[in-house]
Amino acid sequence: MDTLNLLMQGFATAATPMNLLYAFLGVLLGTAVGVLPGIGPAMAVALLLPLTYGLEPTSAFIMFAGIYYGGMYGGSTTSILLNTPGESATVITAIEGHRMAKAGRAAQALATAAIGSFVAGTIGTALLVAFAPPVVDFAVSLGPSSYLAIMVLAFIAVTAILGSSKLRGFASLGLGLAIGLVGIDPVTGQQRLVFGQPLLADGLDVIVVAVAIFAVGEALWIAAHLRRNPLSTIPVGRPWMGKQDWKRSWKPWLRGTAYGFPFGALPAGGAEVPTFLSYVTEKRLSKHKEEFGHGAIEGVAGPEAANNASAAGTLTPMLALGLPTNATAAVMLAAFTQYGIQPGPLLFDNEPDLVWALIASLFIGNTLLLLINLPLAPLWAKLLQIPRPYLYAGILFFATLGAYAVNLQAFDLAILLVLGLLGFAMRRFGLPILPLVIGLILGPRAEGQLRKALQLSGGDVAGLWSEPIAIGVYIAVAALLALPLVLALVRRRRPQAAAALAAAEGPTAAAAAVAEEPATDRAAARDRAAATDQAAAPDQAAAPDRAAAPAPEERQPHHKDSHSHEKESL
Amino acid sequence: MTTIASRLKGRAELGFAALLGAVGAAVLIDASRLAVPYSQSDPVGPKTVPFIVGGLLVVCAVLLVVDVLRGGRGEAEGGEDVDLTHPTDWRTVLPLLAAFVLNILIIDIAGWVISGALLFYGSVWALGSRRYVRDVIISVALSLATFYGFYLGLGIRLPAGFLTGVL
Repeated sequence: MDTLNLLMQGFATAATPMNLLYAFLGVLLGTAVGVLPGIGPAMAVALLLPLTYGLEPTSAFIMFAGIYYGGMYGGSTTSILLNTPGESATVITAIEGHRMAKAGRAAQALATAAIGSFVAGTIGTALLVAFAPPVVDFAVSLGPSSYLAIMVLAFIAVTAILGSSKLRGFASLGLGLAIGLVGIDPVTGQQRLVFGQPLLADGLDVIVVAVAIFAVGEALWIAAHLRRNPLSTIPVGRPWMGKQDWKRSWKPWLRGTAYGFPFGALPAGGAEVPTFLSYVTEKRLSKHKEEFGHGAIEGVAGPEAANNASAAGTLTPMLALGLPTNATAAVMLAAFTQYGIQPGPLLFDNEPDLVWALIASLFIGNTLLLLINLPLAPLWAKLLQIPRPYLYAGILFFATLGAYAVNLQAFDLAILLVLGLLGFAMRRFGLPILPLVIGLILGPRAEGQLRKALQLSGGDVAGLWSEPIAIGVYIAVAALLALPLVLALVRRRRPQAAAALAAAEGPTAAAAAVAEEPATDRAAARDRAAATDQAAAPDQAAAPDRAAAPAPEERQPHHKDSHSHEKESL
Repeated sequence: MTTIASRLKGRAELGFAALLGAVGAAVLIDASRLAVPYSQSDPVGPKTVPFIVGGLLVVCAVLLVVDVLRGGRGEAEGGEDVDLTHPTDWRTVLPLLAAFVLNILIIDIAGWVISGALLFYGSVWALGSRRYVRDVIISVALSLATFYGFYLGLGIRLPAGFLTGVL
């Protein structure tokens, strides 16, 4: 009941005309920027951050809420109308969505994506309202050792589960942690990695780093491999659905939501696994199996709902624990700290107005999204035809502007360039971006918790596992690290049993199931590449010697189809 | 000798491993220079975490070298407008970087309207647009619009540089 009151108050704050305007602007800009090819939700949030500098925190976060959902939705429009998806979360949407669009059913594909996003986003946000307070109650009872354990879990999870190369994941994590170290040590006041440069003493601005890695790195990378003959887009009218489409869509929406939310809330859950699972489920349950691979509406409705529910799920650990689990949430967290606000359990006590206004505006933003996107779809389709030189020059231009506006010093632009080149190199050499961002943001806080934990125990290392929660989490970490090892051992002894075991694993199950299907087209082939990756991953970690020289059939699809499914919603 | 040479060919990734190792070494050296005051309230001290991070980076660098020499390769990232069938196009990237560096050098002197317009124009040119008149108009319009937008809308004064008093 109390929660409901707080939520109502949140609505009262968020529903003032001015704040509604910010929510509207956020949704509009978020969708527009998200639709642009090459720009995913994380980059959209990073690029749009400067616009909120002049606002007070509440209005700024209301605008963020709009940008967040808008950016998520924008990505699916891109993947339906252009065949190649920009982010991993919409890979699945692209398979059936683009086939529907080609078959002249783009309007229905966009409609089921928009309405499914709305349904999933609304249910997901309601679940956030239901789950966040208990998680907060639980979290305030945790001591520093438990927090440290949870952060270690987040590090290991984003590094070791996602991505095809764990080694490259850890390298990326290390780079992020190193960037996070720059500046004055908060406990002893000593300068670390400052190299006598006074402008580094305050540490690197997280916004500058995020813009550098996401926007500058990406723009340079695309520029280096720019497609000279841009993909053709499919023109579309106003999205609508017939009675039959509704009948076939509503169940996938609900099932997709059920997959998406819990995975979004887990560290390293992300949107890839639930969208895979949803696709496979819908294919199994569908009465129109023959349509799959040729544009089945269920194959758009389910994964799209899963994608958006996962976006809502992500906000649960972010708001309640201060723990970002995907790149977009990490950038949002950076924005919070920009305002001197530390997300985490205390946020609900210290700034209840702000938190509940943010949650209320998620509901509002989600509704606006539906109202705006159905009529504006033809306009979004036009955005896809923007000449590429203007698009990528524009990204560099606005990235520069945003990074410069933080402190108005040219030095930040030099940092932007150096880290932008790092982002470029990471994309070139297959280092995932997410571990870097998580390391950068959580690293300093993990160090703080480590020092607090050992301070409480008087320097006794046992203080690190003084709480039962901490022990439990470390067991989970050990299990995560050991799992691929065990799988590989079993597989080596009994290839048959291992296959069954692998199929019982969540992510692998989805991938493997997709792989079982006959390859009818390129899209399916791409899936198989992803599936082979996932199946191959455990082996690689367990046996470095085998990882280095993997069986040719394991590696080949991987190289040819370089759609990295681990690329976290950029 | 020839085997080593052939092994090194096409392994630019080793350069990245070297970069990782260099960053790791820098973190370790920097950490070793920190003074650790004895303190009851901070048994961990400022060195511990940098040592862990530096160690992690060095270990990753070494493992990456081993992996690359054994034939492992990082998977380059795809995307909507990315065509990985042709190699890195330095003739696009280098002019882009030049435009970016020019902006850094002149932004405080010439002001955002001039440097931003040059940045956008240079980038568009580097990316292959050759409609000179339209590009110039768009560049100037964008930098003017953002200058006034930030000033009037957000209260942020971007530097006016040479045009102080005019704008």
